[in-house]
Amino acid sequence: MKIPYYPGCTLSTVASDFDRSARQSIRDLGVELEELPKWNCCGASFPLTPENVIGLAGPGNVLIQAMKAGGTVSTLCSFCYNTLRRTNNALKSDAGRRDVLASFLETDGLGDVKVLHLLEVLRDQVGFAGLKAKVARPLKGLKVAAYYGCMLLRPADAAIDHPESPKIFEDFLSALGATPVDWPNRGECCGSHLAMSETDLVRRLSGSILSSAQSCGADLLTTSCPLCWHNLVRSQEAILRDEGKETVLPVIYFTQILGLALGGDPETLGIANGVMGAEAVLKAKGLWPAAAAAANSGRSA
Amino acid sequence: MKITLGPASPSKAFSRLVESLSGEDLSKCYQCGNCTGGCPVSFAMDIAPSQVIRMVQLGQEEAVLRSNSIWRCVSCLQCFSRCPKCVDLSRIMESLRRLSLRRGYEPVSVKALPEEFIRRSPQMALVAGFRKLVP
Repeated sequence: MKIPYYPGCTLSTVASDFDRSARQSIRDLGVELEELPKWNCCGASFPLTPENVIGLAGPGNVLIQAMKAGGTVSTLCSFCYNTLRRTNNALKSDAGRRDVLASFLETDGLGDVKVLHLLEVLRDQVGFAGLKAKVARPLKGLKVAAYYGCMLLRPADAAIDHPESPKIFEDFLSALGATPVDWPNRGECCGSHLAMSETDLVRRLSGSILSSAQSCGADLLTTSCPLCWHNLVRSQEAILRDEGKETVLPVIYFTQILGLALGGDPETLGIANGVMGAEAVLKAKGLWPAAAAAANSGRSA
Repeated sequence: MKITLGPASPSKAFSRLVESLSGEDLSKCYQCGNCTGGCPVSFAMDIAPSQVIRMVQLGQEEAVLRSNSIWRCVSCLQCFSRCPKCVDLSRIMESLRRLSLRRGYEPVSVKALPEEFIRRSPQMALVAGFRKLVP
């Protein structure tokens, strides 16, 4: 099975681990992510005011490429997903904006693309039962906080699951053999683009997400958003530095944890370098390849 | 809650302008405060989200455009998802930001952004930040 794929700018640069771990893991599940031959930045935020039609040109252009690729496009980044999905919804429901944009982009047939997040592909096309059957390294005993953030859940007509009580991320983690943590802040905002203007505010928002997950027993936190990743990791660095806290909550992409469960090498998946504390947590749980092997031989002896 | 109105008499021109930019019907809001209750950044705003709507209804243009609330709103849509009247406050905040930017206000100076932030932050933070905070 092949699915057209839109990586977006961040996954081509600072979040390349996210992109690489996804392509590799999904291939192991018999799905090929086929990158759109031509793409541009989606704009990283949906233009909220209806008068701002020019803000739809970037994501509109990506949707045109998706139409050419067959009318479906999958994404990994929560921002790209949300922006493309809402743009498509807006163009579908608003003939005025659709006509203006179509004439500007010299196209017809806007507003008819199926925009999917990779978690939806895993749920609806691979199936969580099918996924479970392919797990080579069940993440037994690993308590994981599924962090949805804003962009996968809101607004309701662009949500990958119920906006107030979603379960897709938890079901995904259960399929991998991990234990999803029940915690209250999974859909709260990390501070988003305020990273540019209000670092202290971001630190407070991200800090409360981290401490909520930790106090509910999470060993690590998983996300599908490179900006959430950035805010959570950089805030945590600052908190550890300034407040002398010692407990670290590693933050990793959901495709990295997927790759690990499918038997992938942590080095290749990008878990080994730069992700604070992930290695120590996984080693302690016997989920690091060498440790896992040692534990296995220990049991058989 | 005490709201002090500015000296100008309430002008309908401003609330109509915000309605036309945002596409939202301001009269639907009956001040239940759900938006303020769910907002993750309302604690750091000088005018609470529900008060922003009330002040726009009352034509308090200068006070609203001067507030830090419109810049601290992160468009997370928690307010919209919990509004019993389906008022999309994120659109109202965005139209207030756009009005302020069009008048030349610069909440963020691109030149003053730290080198390290530009180097380490994801592109999406820069693109989204530029779209929301730069004229």
